Amino acid sequence: MKSYNFAFFDEGSKREIRRATLKAIALPGYQVPFASREMPIARGWGTGGLQLTLSLVGKDDKIKVIDQGADESVNAVNIKKLIKNTTDVEETEFTEEATLIQSRHRIPEIELREDQILVLQVPIPEPLREIEPSEYITKRLHADKEYSGIWLMLFERIMKHGSMATGADHPVLVNNRYVMAPSPIPRFDNHKLNNSKALILLGAGREKKIYAVPPYTEVQSLAFEDYPFEVENMDDKVCRLCGARGVFMDELIDEETKEKYYQCNDVSYCLQRLNNEIAN
Amino acid sequence: MGYVAVKGGTSAIEESIKRLRYERLKGKQVIDVEVIKHSMRGLIDQIMSEGSLYSRDLAALAIKQAEGNPEEATFLIRAYRSTLPRKYYSKVVETEWMRVERRISAAFKDIPGGQILGATYDYTHRLLDFSLYEEKIEEIKEWVEEFEKSLETDCEEISSQLPKVIDLLRREGFIDQVKRDDSEPEDVTRKSIEFPTTRSERLQILTRGETGALTALGYASIRGYGTLHPTVGELRVGKLPIYIDYPLENSDTDEDSIYIGEIQVTEVESLIPDVKEADNENGNKEIQFSIGYGICYGQNETKAIAMSILDNCLEKSHIDSPVHNEEFVLMHVDCIEATGFISHLKLPHYVTFQSKLDSARKIKKENKRDEKL
Repeated sequence: MKSYNFAFFDEGSKREIRRATLKAIALPGYQVPFASREMPIARGWGTGGLQLTLSLVGKDDKIKVIDQGADESVNAVNIKKLIKNTTDVEETEFTEEATLIQSRHRIPEIELREDQILVLQVPIPEPLREIEPSEYITKRLHADKEYSGIWLMLFERIMKHGSMATGADHPVLVNNRYVMAPSPIPRFDNHKLNNSKALILLGAGREKKIYAVPPYTEVQSLAFEDYPFEVENMDDKVCRLCGARGVFMDELIDEETKEKYYQCNDVSYCLQRLNNEIAN
Repeated sequence: MGYVAVKGGTSAIEESIKRLRYERLKGKQVIDVEVIKHSMRGLIDQIMSEGSLYSRDLAALAIKQAEGNPEEATFLIRAYRSTLPRKYYSKVVETEWMRVERRISAAFKDIPGGQILGATYDYTHRLLDFSLYEEKIEEIKEWVEEFEKSLETDCEEISSQLPKVIDLLRREGFIDQVKRDDSEPEDVTRKSIEFPTTRSERLQILTRGETGALTALGYASIRGYGTLHPTVGELRVGKLPIYIDYPLENSDTDEDSIYIGEIQVTEVESLIPDVKEADNENGNKEIQFSIGYGICYGQNETKAIAMSILDNCLEKSHIDSPVHNEEFVLMHVDCIEATGFISHLKLPHYVTFQSKLDSARKIKKENKRDEKL
């Protein structure tokens, strides 16, 4: 049986995905439908991101893959392995070394640069899905910039819970035009989308959508004047390993003392601090 | 020496894959792909149909690799399919040209060409046949040879081309005359669908759909959530010849097309009664029939019938029921999409859960404060 082409896809398929990507960049926050392919890893496990990565990767690229902050998480390892097996490009865990970063649900703590691309994996690309199950209708709501439904949803939550009570995937407004699902990144990461120097691409394989936040694009998290957007509370948390503050932390339980402690969620960031490779 | 990342994930995956291999091999028996190909027709047909790739060889290999798990085997086939460039599109296939192996009609007892039962489980008793424990290859060979000899004398009279049952009704005016539409269909694997869809897009999604999902939704429809009881006008299983245009010249005359092989399909045309406002003088309502169409690779009769029901349901989108809602049906019948998203729940959700927990804690804290006030 013949072996696979560079980066798995045939060249025609890659070109097709890149065309959809270019359209997405031209229309910040707009979900571009694309002919999502079946991949050797399961739908819902990062196939949207993977298709973007494989369509973009060249022989000189350096790849970093993260899953919920960790380079060594099983799914990140698995995706990296597939990219490596089909391209033989270099891998890295250091954020600043990577040219192409595929991530599930986190934006790295180290600020990205203009020459880097961040690819985010997206489970549900439609920010209005919770209020409207029909794709036919949500597409029209976006076209009309008719977002009262989502505002109302946030308002009702404030009425019910006293706050917007959103978890990850807090909706954002991109370039003052499209309301966009930032993928389930924590609210803590939302501000990193705003005026990002790096190109941010979002891919949803199962839902067959690609969308983008081009460099230096305004991205605002939806909020009210009297109920401002709030990120997860990390103020009083210190990383037990590197002593970092003000970054997103994992909550862990000490097996012996049964006490709660914290550790940087971005593992490579933590490691670099420990090795004094970045300023403490 | 600096700190290094714990390589937990990599080695865990390697060990898990080893363990998986062990589970496949620990009985110390190897099944030949050829044996699968010639003895697991039912599974191969299901996987070719859901995998949307017509290859008995690759389906058999996928079954071996997936230890007979149809969900996994379909997945392997679909992923392989993604790497194949689309070089040609076939010419339009007329199912009247089918080399029929089986053909029944539930609508008429006598149909031109006759009912042909062919190979079917329908009239077998589902009793476990314990003699299969002892099947001997010599005995099989003898039986097969004898059976094949008897075929040579019997079968010559059956015409290879049989008229369509629904054409009879059409001639009587019970089925709306429709214009022939040979316009180029959109390929749903090359352009993702947008709603509302065209019929050709719907049929493509349904024929790739998961057998169980189609059956469940088709069943829901006839049990009370959709169209009334349909009648199977005709169900056929047989081989269709496939032609492509001669690739080197811009010519689309029939003489220049090339025969590239044949595929086995199951085709179903269901009749669904519709009450219609008539144009006749007395203004009475008339009953007409609309058609539900199902077709899929291999012999998958339940799936093809379910598909024909759903095709008809989706043509009647004005009816307020989930099985008449194209987004509800088309977005949820694909095996790869459904199993993928369900199984992704096994992935870590540390960050997302942490984020939700933060919200929940905050609300709790505020509620407590409110209580104190």
